[in-house]
Amino acid sequence: MVISVTQAAADHVRRHLDKRGSGLGIRVGVRTTGCSGMAYVLEFIDAIGPEDEVYEGHGIKVVVDPKSMVYLDGTELDFVKEGLNEGFQFNNPNVSAECGCGESFTV
Amino acid sequence: MALLQISEPGQTAAPHERKHGIGIDLGTTNSLVATVRSGTAEPLADTEGEVILPSVVHYGESGEVLVGRKAMALVSSKPFDTLQSVKRFMGRGRADVGSDGYRFVESEGGMLSFETAAGAVSPVQASAEILRVLALRGEQTLGSNIDGVVITVPAYFDEAQRQATKDAATLAGLKVLRLLSEPTAAAVAYGLDSGDPGLVAVYDLGGGTFDISILQLQKGVFEVLATGGDSALGGDDLDRVIVEWALPQHGIEAPDAGLYRTCLNLAREAKEFLSEHTEVEVLIPGQPTLTLARQEFEGMIQALVLRTLRACRRALRDARVEASDIDSVILVGGTTRVPLVRASVAELFGREPLSSINPDTVVAVGAAAQADVLVGNKPDGELLLLDVIPLSLGLETMGGLMEAIIPRNTTIPIAKTQEFTTYKDGQTAMAIHVLQGERELIADCRSLARFELQGIPPMVAGAARIQVRFQVDADGLLSVSAREETTGTESRITVKPSYGLSDTDIADMVRASWEHAEDDMQARQMAEQQMAANQLLEQLQAALDADAEALLSEQERAELEAEMQALAVLRQSGTRQKLKTAVAALGRSSEVFAARRMDASIKQALIGVSVDTLDSDGGLG
Repeated sequence: MVISVTQAAADHVRRHLDKRGSGLGIRVGVRTTGCSGMAYVLEFIDAIGPEDEVYEGHGIKVVVDPKSMVYLDGTELDFVKEGLNEGFQFNNPNVSAECGCGESFTV
Repeated sequence: MALLQISEPGQTAAPHERKHGIGIDLGTTNSLVATVRSGTAEPLADTEGEVILPSVVHYGESGEVLVGRKAMALVSSKPFDTLQSVKRFMGRGRADVGSDGYRFVESEGGMLSFETAAGAVSPVQASAEILRVLALRGEQTLGSNIDGVVITVPAYFDEAQRQATKDAATLAGLKVLRLLSEPTAAAVAYGLDSGDPGLVAVYDLGGGTFDISILQLQKGVFEVLATGGDSALGGDDLDRVIVEWALPQHGIEAPDAGLYRTCLNLAREAKEFLSEHTEVEVLIPGQPTLTLARQEFEGMIQALVLRTLRACRRALRDARVEASDIDSVILVGGTTRVPLVRASVAELFGREPLSSINPDTVVAVGAAAQADVLVGNKPDGELLLLDVIPLSLGLETMGGLMEAIIPRNTTIPIAKTQEFTTYKDGQTAMAIHVLQGERELIADCRSLARFELQGIPPMVAGAARIQVRFQVDADGLLSVSAREETTGTESRITVKPSYGLSDTDIADMVRASWEHAEDDMQARQMAEQQMAANQLLEQLQAALDADAEALLSEQERAELEAEMQALAVLRQSGTRQKLKTAVAALGRSSEVFAARRMDASIKQALIGVSVDTLDSDGGLG
């Protein structure tokens, strides 16, 4: 089971953490909502729970809860730019279908 | 593919439910847009990496519209079709402005428009073009539609100017979450809203305008205590100082417009260089190099800086606080990078000003933070930002007097109700004349709107109860309603005044109210006595017409009428004191007549009622 972070994603997470002034890293996860089944969670973390699994990539702590882990195994968190739009993207090998906009997915 | 942003713990929005809000600083010279991504509010750049959009709009013959730098390039070749500083004309009428280098036309309702190659263009339309470009930039950056926008306006903007700004947003197809005052936005950008209660001074020295605002933060709520400034003082003046220092040294007395413009650009660069260095070389093409030391430059601009400090002291006085009471000072506007400005502000307030956020973008950043809360991304965001109204709002009462309903510097939103009554017997309509200003006579105030309340049931003077309600919403827009209590008849108006005011007009109006305080008081007392005289004369005349024959002798009647005649003359020409005495005297002279009328009407009422019935009822005893 593994989650990875690209250099670009790590740089942006670090920048946002610096601006925010606090936080241990980021939490990635999935929630069962949305038009196509599942949706990603991407949040700052101020505390790590006992059940959380912690990964580190390019100096950034990435925390995943065990329930989400099954959907995210092998996922790479990337940061991409599309024209003026920029943001984080989950490259998740488990995904079988996405809704049109990609905000939710099924495995 | 939607790209994701990092949320606060536990606040990831459901898919498709993340709302996108943007903040726009719609400036006189430059405009910009910012938004919150991954918890950070940042200004957004265009495809060329430029954050700042010059507030310039060009209208071409074939109807094409250019905004920003491309429009700026046409300023000198197409001056009439290229509009700059339209913010100064928002909500203003033709009568409010001079020529300013544009061809103006008057449109519907006295509002002003610019005549361009593409036809008449209002300041609202031109502003809408700027907003459209910035909103598009926001949409492209966020990769989605914009759910709402917060637009900043100067704290002193009046109802007309705020409404014009909202109209521009509507025209651009944007949903305005709210208008936010610029100083408040700056304070939000520094996160002062989540800090301890206290006083904040926002010193905003832009290219062409200077604003000082004193804010009070209490329980997460900002209240603008006072504003001040100078709408014709800014960084451009510092550039001019340098030009006027350089040209005479080269023996140039009357430079042509082109050379002067070149010199101004060089001067601006020199000024910016001096913010980082102690000396700069000024090289005007074809002339020997001049050296300007920072110290010498500071000597030349001292007077200008002192002017801003004086405005600061006035604002402090207006807010009834001392400089030492201020807890935080915020610098806004590129000109605050000048070390002398910074040092002078620090000295005045006795503390180092906050300047860690780029002073050019701090207002947009604060607006973006506010937009993010208002659009619903932070369910616990309880931030409510309050502004004050710059001039009292009220209405005309009999005698041409201004009755203030909501006094100046009241925090908004606010609603106030006051009861008025009829002045004449059988009066069935009432004219409501809504006014703005600080003076006692309506002639010295600004007329905002007029409407009528019809359908008041006929009653004797003073018996009707008319509730007049003044309501100013969070954006500073005023609605006035009048309601007759017994029938529930109601009439209302939302004031969208056709003329705006500049901050200097407001300052002038306030100052005039201080200077004329004594005259105004006397004028009011005189008007009140005149009204008392009118009312007495009218009532007495009505009584004479009805009952004089039955109740007064020829001589009594003649005496009363002579006295009334004298009062009528005195009403126009007498002094307040004489008028007062005469009103009182006529009141006494008519007492006998009034008593007889009273007796007569009681007798009338008692005809046919037996004394027994009276007794058993407790009667008149």
